[in-house]
Amino acid sequence: MRSDAATVAGWGRVSAPGREVRSDDLVRLTDGAVLSRGLGRSYGDSSLPPPAVREVAGTALADRVLAFDPATGRLRAEAGLSLHALTGMLLPRGWFVPVTPGTAFVTLGGMVAADVHGKNHHVDGCFGAHVEALRLRVADGRIVDCTPERDGDLFRATVGGMGLTGHILEVAFRMQRVPSAWIESESVRAAGIDVLLAELERSSAAWPFTVAWADGVAGGARLGRGIVHRGRWAEPGEAPAGAPAPPRPVRVPCDLPGRTLNRTTVGLFNAALYRRHGRSGRREVQSPYRFFYPLDRLADWNRLYGRRGLTQHQCVLPPERGPAAVRDLLELLARRRACVCLCVIKNCGNEGAGTLSFPRRGTSVAIDLPIDDGTQALVDALNERVIDLGGRIYLAKDAFTRAEHFRAMEPRLDCWTAVRRRWDPELRLRSAQSVRILGDPA
Amino acid sequence: MNAVLLGATRGMGRALARLLVARGDALCLLGRDPAELERSARDLQVRGALAAPPPAFPCDLARPETFAPALDAAAESLGRLDVVVVTAADFAVQTVLESDPDRARALATVDFANTVGFCEHARQILLSAGGGTLCVFSSVAGDRARSSVVLYGAAKAGLSAYLEGLDHRYHRQGLRTVCVKPGFVRTGMTAGLDPPPFAGDPDRVARRVARAIDRGRPVVYAPAVWRWVMLVVRHLPRAVMRLR
Repeated sequence: MRSDAATVAGWGRVSAPGREVRSDDLVRLTDGAVLSRGLGRSYGDSSLPPPAVREVAGTALADRVLAFDPATGRLRAEAGLSLHALTGMLLPRGWFVPVTPGTAFVTLGGMVAADVHGKNHHVDGCFGAHVEALRLRVADGRIVDCTPERDGDLFRATVGGMGLTGHILEVAFRMQRVPSAWIESESVRAAGIDVLLAELERSSAAWPFTVAWADGVAGGARLGRGIVHRGRWAEPGEAPAGAPAPPRPVRVPCDLPGRTLNRTTVGLFNAALYRRHGRSGRREVQSPYRFFYPLDRLADWNRLYGRRGLTQHQCVLPPERGPAAVRDLLELLARRRACVCLCVIKNCGNEGAGTLSFPRRGTSVAIDLPIDDGTQALVDALNERVIDLGGRIYLAKDAFTRAEHFRAMEPRLDCWTAVRRRWDPELRLRSAQSVRILGDPA
Repeated sequence: MNAVLLGATRGMGRALARLLVARGDALCLLGRDPAELERSARDLQVRGALAAPPPAFPCDLARPETFAPALDAAAESLGRLDVVVVTAADFAVQTVLESDPDRARALATVDFANTVGFCEHARQILLSAGGGTLCVFSSVAGDRARSSVVLYGAAKAGLSAYLEGLDHRYHRQGLRTVCVKPGFVRTGMTAGLDPPPFAGDPDRVARRVARAIDRGRPVVYAPAVWRWVMLVVRHLPRAVMRLR
């Protein structure tokens, strides 16, 4: 019944031979496993097994809430619980996660492993900042409960550690009380990158949620034109009663031909989006599903990119070089005529406690690229620029970064590796990504 | 309504328990592993916003002596039973069962003889209170014998026939039987098997089953398309069934 040609794929459709084995019993499932994965929403090869291993443990069936205290918001759950399920359960009761990524189809375990950040990074940091305890199965088979205090080195190496320090079995964190189940939002248009960044910066002083969409293919004076979105939880008086229902996603029925998304089609789409917004600012009370997860309305949107899939290059550039650094990156993309299908810019707050966690103070730039024969060269060029600018990349999105580039970006790597080696001297826990980027044994 | 569920710590039973608790039904869990029962009870407590976790009692389909005490304890804790649901069962692929006669006998015992034994207790309790619903998860594998599930299918065929017989015999006295026939559903039980076309997911199965319980429908296929798939499969000539 089992096909030999089975593959496991990341969201960007980069795949590896092997299969995902799911079980609701994580303790049994992770015994001897080299890697766990949640819902497979990391774009690259973070959740794929290393070449010599043909199985990866899937946690999505382990989705029980083990405790929730409505007085404090403390919640403990199995690692496979999805953000989508959690939101459906607790948003109607006035609770939301303190930090959410741009999709609800992630698990708590994945949120810890990637130490996800969201539109509120400039005020609330990463998800890991709100995690109080983790239960892990470490490489020697033991089950370890760690907190920032107890085995704090393991805790911090695991937050943002891409699942390489132990299988995450349970997560305990604090939910956040929200005044209503709706978002009061505003958006403003910006004609070019400098205005966009200035508007983003200004918004962040007053709003807890900010993000900018930029037209990644417009050039010249229009380079980096876009729309800044900002929001906050609506007060009860401003919002409809009750909670919004999660939208029913529309499915993309099949893979589109590989060249459907190109600079022309994307340019037309972006121009329409930009023009439709209008010159003046917009204000509305909207569902948090729409505000936080606009792409979740289109299930399987990765199929738009065709069979070869997509990769995202997300980097964070330090503030010292200012807006010029972002402009620099966009100019490089324009020069190479890269097909930037989506470009999202966000300003980040301070670095969190996760030893290898992605965000740091500065500006994060994420660009979605269809994979083609030139992708490797383009990512190399981007990474060389990121190194020059003193930035770093987000492993949860990556499938192409070279080991030497990653090392050059990450002075924290030695510190993280030391902790990892202490808990896993033989490097039993590993992924396709760790083999590629960290030089782990295949 | 008050519902007792045997096997609700995982898979389709877990999904059904979540659906029932979210709509306000009072639940009692039965299962063989106390630690698992406790974790599931706490999950249901949060999902149902309950003051306390639903009661849970040990009950193991492999140990018939646990049936009566568990059901009695459940009836006592809930006050009255409206629905008894059985999702628990044993499963193994045919190749494993063929190479291990003890395992094969155990599966036939658990999935047929002991499940029937449990249902007999449940039937008596429900009838003595004037009626109720007995909802048992059989399988499409019981609709037509197939080479890949000879033993499992035979046990489920027996179970389906038993439930139909109960319906014929006790319907007038107020007993409603719901025989659920899931097709391939993506749960821990089927993890590692390649999902065929029409594979279902536990939450959708739960919604169908809850509706069937509410309406007292004697047979429910889940996902629904399996009713038509099995209509065809039941009429395939023997020569075709021998091909695989």
